Amino acid sequence: MPTYRPGPVSLIIAAFVALFLLMPLLAVIPVSLTPSRMLAMPSGELSLRHYRALIEDPRWLQSILLSIRIGIVSSAFSTVLALCFSLGVWMFQPRFTAALVGFVLLPMVVPPVVSAITLYFLLTSISGFSSFFGYDTWLGVAMAHSVMTVPFATVLILVSLSQLDRRIDLAARGLGATVWERATRIIMPNIKFGIVTAALLSFVLSWEEIGVTLFITSVNAITLPRLMWMGLRDNIDPAIAALSVILIIITVLVLAVRSLVVRQRGGH
Amino acid sequence: MRSYLSDRMGAALLMAPLLLFLVLAYAWPFLGVVKWSFTLPTPGLGQYEALLTDDLVQSVFIRTLRIAAVVTVVSVAAAYAITVVWVRGTPAQRLIAEFCILVPFWISVLTRAFGWVALLSNRGLINTWLQAIGFVSEPLALVRNEFGVIVGMTHFLIPFAVFPLASAMRSLDDRVLLAARGLGSSRMRTFWTVFVPMTRSGIIGAAMIVFVFSLGFFVTPAILGGGRSVMIAELIYLRIFQSPDWGLGAAISVVLVLFVGALMALLFRYVRPKQLI
Repeated sequence: MPTYRPGPVSLIIAAFVALFLLMPLLAVIPVSLTPSRMLAMPSGELSLRHYRALIEDPRWLQSILLSIRIGIVSSAFSTVLALCFSLGVWMFQPRFTAALVGFVLLPMVVPPVVSAITLYFLLTSISGFSSFFGYDTWLGVAMAHSVMTVPFATVLILVSLSQLDRRIDLAARGLGATVWERATRIIMPNIKFGIVTAALLSFVLSWEEIGVTLFITSVNAITLPRLMWMGLRDNIDPAIAALSVILIIITVLVLAVRSLVVRQRGGH
Repeated sequence: MRSYLSDRMGAALLMAPLLLFLVLAYAWPFLGVVKWSFTLPTPGLGQYEALLTDDLVQSVFIRTLRIAAVVTVVSVAAAYAITVVWVRGTPAQRLIAEFCILVPFWISVLTRAFGWVALLSNRGLINTWLQAIGFVSEPLALVRNEFGVIVGMTHFLIPFAVFPLASAMRSLDDRVLLAARGLGSSRMRTFWTVFVPMTRSGIIGAAMIVFVFSLGFFVTPAILGGGRSVMIAELIYLRIFQSPDWGLGAAISVVLVLFVGALMALLFRYVRPKQLI
């Protein structure tokens, strides 16, 4: 526990930064309640028409369902690949580990727009052979999202493996357990919190991915962020404010639950 | 001997799927993009020549570097202030700081950009208030320009600057600060001559991360810049989908990767990767 506390000057400056960080999230609340059809502050009366528009326009629901499907598939795929890779690194510590991990982390470091043009190249090439997998298909988007989320899943799983005591694995090995038994019965139960976190983060990253999705979809595979983008770019639709308020409330609730769980587990 | 062989087999079998996937879905197509930059529309170095001579491309490059530099300075300074409270405040202060850092961090870039449009636009909160109290008669141009882009990007990047700063501040020994105070140094002086220099690795790491991220930023400049303050990533998007000038878009991507690669190499010479988490 630190004994050296921040002084009054630090606290005042930090309060301004905190306000700055929360301001745009609070600003969407009044806009979502405006009776106007355009982006404006409500003057006098409030209206829920933009929340109703979300329910009545089928495009919102369709894009939400598509985003959920893509998120689940890409999260499962990237978590399984990341888990196998990390187990290989941890159990066998092969030569060139640093270079291989560095390679896996590339999509995280390379500017997203470069990954986007790379995946655009890939998916338009595939489209030449296949009509259900490639540019502007949901499977193509799920694969592109997997490329983008797999480094994050790998980092999380490697971090939880690094906190695991190597001697339990050595004991199992000494007692004659096979590689499969060590992985599934000794190591994985010990890092299950890390695996679940990796899957969850992959899902969230896919759910809100827009930089790459913009390049690889046009009319068929319209995910939720893609639909929001269209509403923001062309004419600003206050239905996006209503949607943003709902997303912000969900985020705050999930974070509150998570911090309660972490507190109960006594972690940090 | 047998177990040595099976160990290598096991490692290869476990690591192969992901490596194969990334080679096929990422490394190979990137080489395809590199090929585009040399072959489209005509084979040769024409696209790279255009990068050096085209006025539009150059002005976008310079604007991107300028915005990235401003955003880096402002976000690292702001992140420093809130990280001090997050790491060293009383439990209540720490909880509030954590909330203010993590909630925006988890909210999508689109929602955050939209929030800034709602605040800064002509009929947004800030202009409505300023006109209501009679401070201005015409709405101020706060968005669809470079100012809006800088505000939105700074907001997005502050949490990313917080993590390396927090890890540097956590590893700092309290007794050094108490000793400085005990020897009669003022709060200000202790902060500037002891606290800040001892967190230097965190500051360098945070600045590098924010700067590298700023270079590839796409969504926030596209929405808050309103097409008037185009940055390099949006230029690539426009070249691919509106011109379609794939060769130039590819060449800009290749240059961007080389530039970011050089910056990362520089970063890892000064900061160990572990200090960044």
